[in-house]
Amino acid sequence: MISLTESTFPVLIWRGAADGAFRRYEVPRLASQTVLDVVTHVQRHLDASLAYRYACRVGMCGSCAMTVNGKARWTCRTHVDTVAGDRTLEIGPLHHLPIVRDLVVDMAPFFDKWAAAKGEFKPTATRYDDFAKVAPASPARRAIDATIECIGCAVCYASCDVVGWKPDYLGPAALNRAFTLVNDVRDGAGVARLRAIAGDGGCQSCHTHQSCTERCPKHLLPTASIAGLKRLVALAAVKGTL
Amino acid sequence: MIDVVPPGIENASLRSVRYAAWRFVLQRASAAVLAICVVVHLATIIYAVRHQLTAAAIVARMHASAFWPAFYTIFVVAVAIHAPLGLRAIADEWLGLRGRRADVVVASIALVLLGGGLYAVRSLTA
Amino acid sequence: MTTTLAPSSASQRNDARSRGHSGFWAFVVHRVSGIVLALFLPVHFFTLSQALARPAALDRFLEWTRQPVVKLTETLLVLAVAAHLAGGVRLLFIEFVGWRADWQKTAIALAGAAAVAYALLFALNG
Repeated sequence: MISLTESTFPVLIWRGAADGAFRRYEVPRLASQTVLDVVTHVQRHLDASLAYRYACRVGMCGSCAMTVNGKARWTCRTHVDTVAGDRTLEIGPLHHLPIVRDLVVDMAPFFDKWAAAKGEFKPTATRYDDFAKVAPASPARRAIDATIECIGCAVCYASCDVVGWKPDYLGPAALNRAFTLVNDVRDGAGVARLRAIAGDGGCQSCHTHQSCTERCPKHLLPTASIAGLKRLVALAAVKGTL
Repeated sequence: MIDVVPPGIENASLRSVRYAAWRFVLQRASAAVLAICVVVHLATIIYAVRHQLTAAAIVARMHASAFWPAFYTIFVVAVAIHAPLGLRAIADEWLGLRGRRADVVVASIALVLLGGGLYAVRSLTA
Repeated sequence: MTTTLAPSSASQRNDARSRGHSGFWAFVVHRVSGIVLALFLPVHFFTLSQALARPAALDRFLEWTRQPVVKLTETLLVLAVAAHLAGGVRLLFIEFVGWRADWQKTAIALAGAAAVAYALLFALNG
């Protein structure tokens, strides 16, 4: 157990690119220590060549997402205390995205799939139109409540086994975003978005593992969003409107 | 504005999208049909075993009404749709078998199941 | 920066540590039982059609199935069918009836219990 009685503890951190390896560091054990604190300590005091990302460090931006003991997490919100067992703390880059170096991954494929799922809002109104009136209690707007807080941190994408098995799979975040926009009554993408998420890499590839829902730091439900998309795709296919 | 689209998605034609959507619909529809068929089938087996029906008795009951040939035909057709589509996903995800080659393998399995199943149904009820 | 979809390295595969939750195990049971059934069904069709063609052969076949090893295999197959069915019904519920966030683990537990119950029913009635 990584306890407070030890003055230092061992940490394994991924160094290099895809062909890299874990390297071991001894890090001081401090109270209320987060995994981001550990990485920052290594970079500042032990090895300045370590590459990693963070921004807000208070659990709002999602930049510090990494793989900690095999699970994708926000490192600023992961206390070393909660890392269970006697294992050494193992910190690696997010899974399923190309490694740039050390703990930094190329997020471009993640956002490319976001775009491929038509995850952008398509406006229909002009400046001369009145504001859209969307009743907060309407079913569509209530559906959006559960999906809209996504900040694109890629923890769900890294956690999804289907993403690992099927390179074309759009992934939970892109599909969650598509579902959000499908429910947006102002949006004009219509059937084009349904077609974007109904193909071979679309919502049908989800097997409801719910790893995305398990790991989402904002407690969103990508599995539920994807189930909603499946309903819509099935209905459109049967009605011939796809 | 991001213009780069991942390979495999950028050239997805409308036909391939509809094909993928229909595979999903058929998979789920056949699943619903099978849910009913399997429950009936297993109940029937338990009944037959419990009452220690002989072969002759089972075959006689199967011939007694038009229900059984119809039931088992629907059962076989649903299986011939459901199992290959399920195996297709496994082949894609775990064996890297995709596209046209996957379709050929899947169709072959479907034909084998359909042929074997309908032959068994005919033996049972003819 | 140009984007290339270089596949992630072997070190970036998810392993058992990220899979220790009920949704993943429900998937594994569903997929493994599906594979077992897909392999079993052609055998089932074949033996059935052979046995049914001649009623005396069917009686011998039914006698053979009373052997403990065969009974055990049958029970495991029934368990596979029941598990696949229960898990599948759970999925159909999630996908077409709706999602209830607080119900997920309960639904998996219920599906598992129903499958085992059905298999026991079969085993104890045979």
